[in-house]
Amino acid sequence: MERDDIIEYSLDAHHSEEKGVEIRKKIVQVTILLSAITAVEIIVGVFMGKRVVTPSTWVLIKYGYIVLTLFKAWYIIKEFMHLGHERKSFKKVVLYPYVFFIIYLIFILLVEGSAVFIHNNNFDWIQIYK
Amino acid sequence: MAGEASKAIDPKELWGGGRSPFSMSYGKMMMWFFLISDALTFGAFIVALGFLRYTYADWPVSEEVFFHIPFSHGHFPLAYVAFMTFVLIVSSVTMVLAVEAGHRMDKKNVIKWMAWTIVGGLIFLGSQVWEWGTFIAGPDGDITTWADNARIGWNPYGPPQYAQFFFCVTGFHGFHVFSGVIINIVLFINVILGTYEKRGHYEMIEKGGLYWHFVDLVWVFVFTFFYLI
Repeated sequence: MERDDIIEYSLDAHHSEEKGVEIRKKIVQVTILLSAITAVEIIVGVFMGKRVVTPSTWVLIKYGYIVLTLFKAWYIIKEFMHLGHERKSFKKVVLYPYVFFIIYLIFILLVEGSAVFIHNNNFDWIQIYK
Repeated sequence: MAGEASKAIDPKELWGGGRSPFSMSYGKMMMWFFLISDALTFGAFIVALGFLRYTYADWPVSEEVFFHIPFSHGHFPLAYVAFMTFVLIVSSVTMVLAVEAGHRMDKKNVIKWMAWTIVGGLIFLGSQVWEWGTFIAGPDGDITTWADNARIGWNPYGPPQYAQFFFCVTGFHGFHVFSGVIINIVLFINVILGTYEKRGHYEMIEKGGLYWHFVDLVWVFVFTFFYLI
């Protein structure tokens, strides 16, 4: 087992001037990436909105938005919140419980949401699933 | 920070059990745990929005609701929200630059970047106020005509839940930005007073930074699920 007390402690995480230049370069790269993704999302939102494109294209755009959002979120967590540089086990402590819970919540609420929609609109369950 | 350390942990910094789990200070880990619980709250908000949208066949399209910009009567769909998103991303970047300067014990640069972070937060808050005013005023853009103003029970755009979610989600997020700005101001004053210089490390900036980046992270999701989809 790795010993806990000989690993670089977070309070001692000082770095030199040269390392600082390197880190700042990375920060600038991530900034450009995040801004570019946001710009793409806005342009798609303005020129290919729900009312403009066909429903099937809109579904694709929606999934595209979700992928881009998760991509942005991952970069914010990894680089800005520095989780990518923490211990691997701590990364798991933070991410796994949340991800498991939220996937279940999304699944169950969206299923219930469509059930309420069907109920409100007096659709016939059997007809829909036949 | 994997690999061999340059020195052993100062015994004074160890937790009660005589060890330091994940090589992390107690305060920083508790900030992470707080952020997980806060993320559950926001996650519940956004998933509940998804639930409601699944129950309605039609829902307002934000390009047709959010097209105003200040000092103009033109039609600029999503332009102001894009500006707000950009402000928040940039203030997150200045925060991470303050953390980086703190790791070099560079007090001058920490002060500079913290100041810009606070400015960014204040611009975002002001924008949020303007956004609420415009949303409440409704299509005629006049907040003094009460009959067509958006409110909790009714709004001119769509189902009542549309305004309810706008007020709750962006309001709860805006309140987080507000408390983040207060935290940043406290940290800023402490940096100027030299509190962290004396302590030998700027970890407090890192903890405040975690909160501030979290606020940005939440906005990324609000932006996608409330404004874009």
